[in-house]
Amino acid sequence: MAIDTLSPKPEPVIADPGRANPARWLVVAIPYLWLLLFFAAPFFIIAKISLSDTAIAMPPYTPVFEGFGKFGEFFSQLDFENYEFLASDSLYIKSYLNSLRIAAISTVLLLLIGYPMALAMARAKTSIRPILVMLVILPFWTSFLIRVYAWIGILKPEGLLTLLFQSIGLMGPDEQVQILRTDYAVFIGIVYSYLPFMVLPLYAALEKLDNTLLEAASDLGCPPWKAFWRITFPLSLPGVIAGSLICFIPITGEFVIPDLLGGADTLMIGKTLWTEFFNNRDWPLASAIAVILLAVLVIPIAYFQNQQQKAG
Amino acid sequence: MAKSLGPVKRKFSPWTDPTSVPFIRFENITKRFGNFVAVDNLTLDIYEREFFALLGPSGCGKTTLMRMLAGFEEPTEGRILLQGKDLAGVPPYRRPTNMMFQSYALFPHMTVEKNIAFGLEQDNLPKADIAARVEEMLKLVKLEQFAKRKPSQLSGGQRQRVALARSLAKRPKVLLLDEPLGALDKKLREETQFELTDLQHTLGLTFLIVTHDQEEAMTVSDRIAVMDKGVIMQVATPAEIYEAPNSRYVADFIGDINIIEGAVVSNSGAASGGVMLDCDGLKVVVDQECPASAGDRVAFAIRPEKVRLGIDPPTDTAVNAGAGEVWDIGYLGDFSLFLVKLDDGRIIRAAQANIQRLVDRPLTFGDRVWVHWSRDAGLVLTR
Repeated sequence: MAIDTLSPKPEPVIADPGRANPARWLVVAIPYLWLLLFFAAPFFIIAKISLSDTAIAMPPYTPVFEGFGKFGEFFSQLDFENYEFLASDSLYIKSYLNSLRIAAISTVLLLLIGYPMALAMARAKTSIRPILVMLVILPFWTSFLIRVYAWIGILKPEGLLTLLFQSIGLMGPDEQVQILRTDYAVFIGIVYSYLPFMVLPLYAALEKLDNTLLEAASDLGCPPWKAFWRITFPLSLPGVIAGSLICFIPITGEFVIPDLLGGADTLMIGKTLWTEFFNNRDWPLASAIAVILLAVLVIPIAYFQNQQQKAG
Repeated sequence: MAKSLGPVKRKFSPWTDPTSVPFIRFENITKRFGNFVAVDNLTLDIYEREFFALLGPSGCGKTTLMRMLAGFEEPTEGRILLQGKDLAGVPPYRRPTNMMFQSYALFPHMTVEKNIAFGLEQDNLPKADIAARVEEMLKLVKLEQFAKRKPSQLSGGQRQRVALARSLAKRPKVLLLDEPLGALDKKLREETQFELTDLQHTLGLTFLIVTHDQEEAMTVSDRIAVMDKGVIMQVATPAEIYEAPNSRYVADFIGDINIIEGAVVSNSGAASGGVMLDCDGLKVVVDQECPASAGDRVAFAIRPEKVRLGIDPPTDTAVNAGAGEVWDIGYLGDFSLFLVKLDDGRIIRAAQANIQRLVDRPLTFGDRVWVHWSRDAGLVLTR
């Protein structure tokens, strides 16, 4: 046995010609500056507001930073009151939990619908694959809002679905579908809107899959249905994880779909946040909700990063 | 014939015994992909414990033939029999054949151990039996220390051995090898070729190898089928294929050869004067039984290593000889290939083994030389 295969070879030292190049630095710095300016800075402002108190003023909270002279006074006014309030009122906890529940169920539904789609796309003839990918992306050509509004037209009691059911005799002329303003409508809207985000990462993972692996499995006595679970699915896991997180994270904070399709009792944290911010003008409490939401979502993001690192 | 062709590797030749029953039989197999005929009405028998090679250029249908045996493709016409049983409609996962893929097709998410165990697990064997067989296989391919590694952590040669172990683990009735050594460097390839033959003898299995590398086919196999455009050109032992090719195609495909077109002057059999040819002025006599009669266009074929080369003229300069000058020299270490341009402009390739390290007067470009050969060195090809 060759010895060099047992111990890792030292990495060859290659001089890096770009290390001292300032242009290279600039290229890297621009996106980081962008993130600093439009993500980190607003986040710190939100975090600060979440520690403030409401005030009938402009801006509607206190204290306001008034220069370094009153620094001590400014800091002494910050507290965790809003967070304590969030923990004490079950409405907020319920909102968080319900958001996570809806996001989890939606993600599972998306996987169940998206996986067979992605698999069929990946196994289609090479010549028609670009067309299939195009069809998945096609909905993006119209505005997201218009598409959600279109669902209202379909799902409302006197809408297209009712008409369809009545015309094929599934429903009497006096009956109407009662889906709009329920959780079902929210699930329909979410699954419809997020499907491309699930299908595309799955397709990317499945398309890479080497077909000879399935031939090898079959050759070794593994029938196709078993080979799916032993070969195809495990090898598509990076796509499953990526698709699930890309859907799960934004669905948790989703506001538009539950607001337009959901009922008054559809509790989602995005809606609660909106109400606190615009209806109650309680900026500090709304900020606290946003900070907690971010903290909740950091957990799956961190998990994803960890998985990516393991795979790479 | 008192003389025979080349070395005999082992006393094993069921194909010469009319009573022996073929293990695998391809019967009038035709395979079409759309309009393209990949395999054209092909019939072939392979015997138990044989190491059989399908040799041909890419696109000749050899891989398709193997894939039909594995069950990945169904023949358009004809049938494949394994131990007398028709394999039509039997899916790959129910066939007693295992394949070692050209790309190895190792499962990247499983360790070496798991890869080898995969086929055994499909048979629902007891865990202890599987573990024992995996260990045995790892030992066979000398990869014991690598059991827990993933394929991505192995070198090319190690991966190839895992693929071999995986395909052998189930003790298939037939092991199919699809260009198994293509990805290895020359040294490792040669080593593995001998390991393969050893393995086949020890395990007593039937091996079918597909390759475009004639050297590989020659080294490992008992018999070779040379294929071209979906048709078998010749099936014979490596020595027969090399020393007695049946056509210009096979002669040209295997090894290096001089092919000289000519016409038959007279044909009186091997024992009484041989076949006389006139190749545009070059007179050739070959002691050979040959169906050609006077006037037929044929080809005279002779391997470069059977052409003698010298500064002095041979005793008989009228037949099987020609004068010319050294036109080009290829020094290959173990032997040198001389391209001699005869006075009529024809190029003859002559190989000389470099049996001496130091020579008094090496041949060089432009030297006047004679090429000549004995009456049984070459071959008349009618096809």
